[in-house]
Amino acid sequence: MAELEVEIVAADHFVWSGAATLVKARTSDGDIGVMPGHTPVLAVMEAGQLEITPVNGSRITVQADGGFFSVDNNRVVIVADNAQLDEAAAAGNR
Amino acid sequence: MGAQIRVYRQKIASTQSMGKIFKAMELIATSRIGKARSRMAASLPYANAITRAVSAAASASDVEHPLTTEHAQARRSAVVVLTSDRGLAGAYSSSVLKRAEALTELLREEGKEVKFYLVGRKAQAYFDFRGRDYAKVWTGGTDNPGFEIARELGAAVLEDFVGEYEDGGVDEIHVVYTQFKSMVLQEPVVTRLLPLEVVEEEATDSSDLLPLYEFEPEPEQVLDALLPRYIESRIFAALLQAAASELAARQRAMKAAGDNASELVKKYTRLRNNARQAEITQELTEIVGGADALNAS
Repeated sequence: MAELEVEIVAADHFVWSGAATLVKARTSDGDIGVMPGHTPVLAVMEAGQLEITPVNGSRITVQADGGFFSVDNNRVVIVADNAQLDEAAAAGNR
Repeated sequence: MGAQIRVYRQKIASTQSMGKIFKAMELIATSRIGKARSRMAASLPYANAITRAVSAAASASDVEHPLTTEHAQARRSAVVVLTSDRGLAGAYSSSVLKRAEALTELLREEGKEVKFYLVGRKAQAYFDFRGRDYAKVWTGGTDNPGFEIARELGAAVLEDFVGEYEDGGVDEIHVVYTQFKSMVLQEPVVTRLLPLEVVEEEATDSSDLLPLYEFEPEPEQVLDALLPRYIESRIFAALLQAAASELAARQRAMKAAGDNASELVKKYTRLRNNARQAEITQELTEIVGGADALNAS
């Protein structure tokens, strides 16, 4: 099965990158879930939580306050104004 | 004669202590450049992603966006000048200010008013001393700029850009900063931030072609949301380049000053030895002269 190549960048630093099977984000129109093979999308994100299900390991959540993300050719680039990897939440979610 | 030796000794001592300060500042600048350069590199992924997204959104929407359309008659320009907070960096700040002056003259010749936004105490001092007006100034931390400064600056210039001319709005925005080309070469440059220059080009390679994105919500809204971020990211990139350039300029200036100091110490030591020898010779001649006089009597 194809995988998503995910990259999360904040304004002044790199946050996370890796292979994933599912990315969930909150756009201004509502939540969106991206799986491999998704059509190219460029969307504006609202402040909130991002959820990424990596190929290996447990789910990762990222706190972001606004930004945008683009999807094309199974490549997801998430550009957040201020993103924080939520280690505690990731551990809590198992 | 003894006085002369004392003077030289004082000069040697003070030059030596200055040399120590120069050396320390050179080392500090050297150790900070690495960090400044890695921050520059760290901001690249964001800048690339946002540039790509802006070009995708701009090419998808046919709507004339206020931020991309050029005013038929630009009447007022904003000039953002990025200098350092502190001196002792050679010609770093003054060459930026010189470049800004040249730009200002050019804009005035074109019949535009100029509104200044300054970063760094050096620019503030320059404008205050000459009694010139500026819209706003940011000081502190020019060698390690935070994203907040970029955000505030971006918000301030955008507000002016969308404002009406009568209320102090501007029609174009320029940034004067020092580009970090390499450790030995930094150049003051001017870039126009707004309006954006829309370049139409044919893709030569299919990989250059941007995919047909679906936009959420609409292309126009996406562009609306992206452009302020794009401006911030461009300003932030300029701030980081300026910071790295400042440190490189300081390192070079301090190295030159340190070398000069050791040169001077060498020169004064020679002069001091000379003076000491002259004193000894004089004493000898006096003794010999005295003995001769005694013998003759």
